Amino acid sequence: MDSTIEATVRSVLSEQGKLSEDAQSIAVDADLYRAGMTSHASVNVMLGLEDEFDIEFPEERLTKATFTSVASITEAVEAIHHD
Amino acid sequence: MTTTDIEQDLTRQQDTFREGLEANDWLLPTLGDGVTGLGPQAEDVVQGIASAARGIAARLSPEAGTRRLRFPPVNGTRLLERTDYVASFPQLLGTIAAFEGDNKAHRQLLATYEEQGDWSAQLTPAGHALVPAVCHPLYAYLEGSQVDGTVFELVGECYRHEPSPDPMRFVTFRMFEAVRIGTPAEAAEHREKWLAAGTELLTNLGLEVQADTANDPFFGRAGKLLSAGQREAQLKFEILTEVYPGHPTAIASANLHEDHFGEAFDLRTADDAVAHSACFGFGLERVALALAAKHGFDVAAWPASVRQELGLS
Ligand SMILES: [Zn+2]
Repeated sequence: MDSTIEATVRSVLSEQGKLSEDAQSIAVDADLYRAGMTSHASVNVMLGLEDEFDIEFPEERLTKATFTSVASITEAVEAIHHD
Repeated sequence: MTTTDIEQDLTRQQDTFREGLEANDWLLPTLGDGVTGLGPQAEDVVQGIASAARGIAARLSPEAGTRRLRFPPVNGTRLLERTDYVASFPQLLGTIAAFEGDNKAHRQLLATYEEQGDWSAQLTPAGHALVPAVCHPLYAYLEGSQVDGTVFELVGECYRHEPSPDPMRFVTFRMFEAVRIGTPAEAAEHREKWLAAGTELLTNLGLEVQADTANDPFFGRAGKLLSAGQREAQLKFEILTEVYPGHPTAIASANLHEDHFGEAFDLRTADDAVAHSACFGFGLERVALALAAKHGFDVAAWPASVRQELGLS
């Protein structure tokens, strides 16, 4: 996993994720929805990531699974970067 | 059939149905795009469905009881913000504008009006909005209170800005809703019971129906994510019937909101946890029209069992 991407993902999460835990230290595979991220917060996370990385999530990635953990988000951003 | 063929087929079926409804005094024209009035038979059937729904509410009433409340079709614009409607469904909402100008502004308004210009652009927001869902005013009314699993029974108007030639799609329509706010288990139980009872009533009325998972029409790309989440978690079920063969239309829905409204309006259960809510709604005009499609426009000739279920004989 790309550590600079991961760092940016964590900073977007701490701004937009409404997590009850610290987004900087939450485990990479922890379930963000269980950690307090509402569906509306996940939308703001998605929009925040698109701004930060200047990317657009393709429709097939607009699912809960994509935004479920730091790891899943980072992998998705990496994959979109490489497309 | 190609996609275009299927679409043309659907449009034809909608036109034929609308012409029948209008010719038989079921739908009455108005000056509003997508807005229709109802004739006497249609209104009798709407009242009959609402009354049958109240019968279900009485039968399913929980220990905490059932309260019948009434809210008007207009609420404060703030309601659309508090429910996240502005973020989720901006394409469907409607707000009210009013004239608040002085004499000079009035002269301008008259001039524009006499030139047949757009005088409405000179109005200002009145702070009022049309209610998009019958249960929304309830959460605002209960704000900050402790809830105990009481069921609330509501009939009211909804506004959705989606004018369409499909007579099943009303811009303004009535819903009967049964809403329960309490523990997660109480909300889930409510949804289950009403989905079963609603399906049973519609079946007894002679409709062929099917319940299926669904999503609300959340706006835009953000909406794609919200829709996917709603479907994955099976938060919304619709009861569908084929008014147009091959094209199911929703006539009722059963929704779990989890803690969305509990959080937004600070509703708490006795153990001080954020309350969960669920609502079940019949689209009253839609059910009435589905019955007309099934049994014909002459209600006197409908099967006796259906008339009886609706309290019409
Ligand atoms: Zn509702």
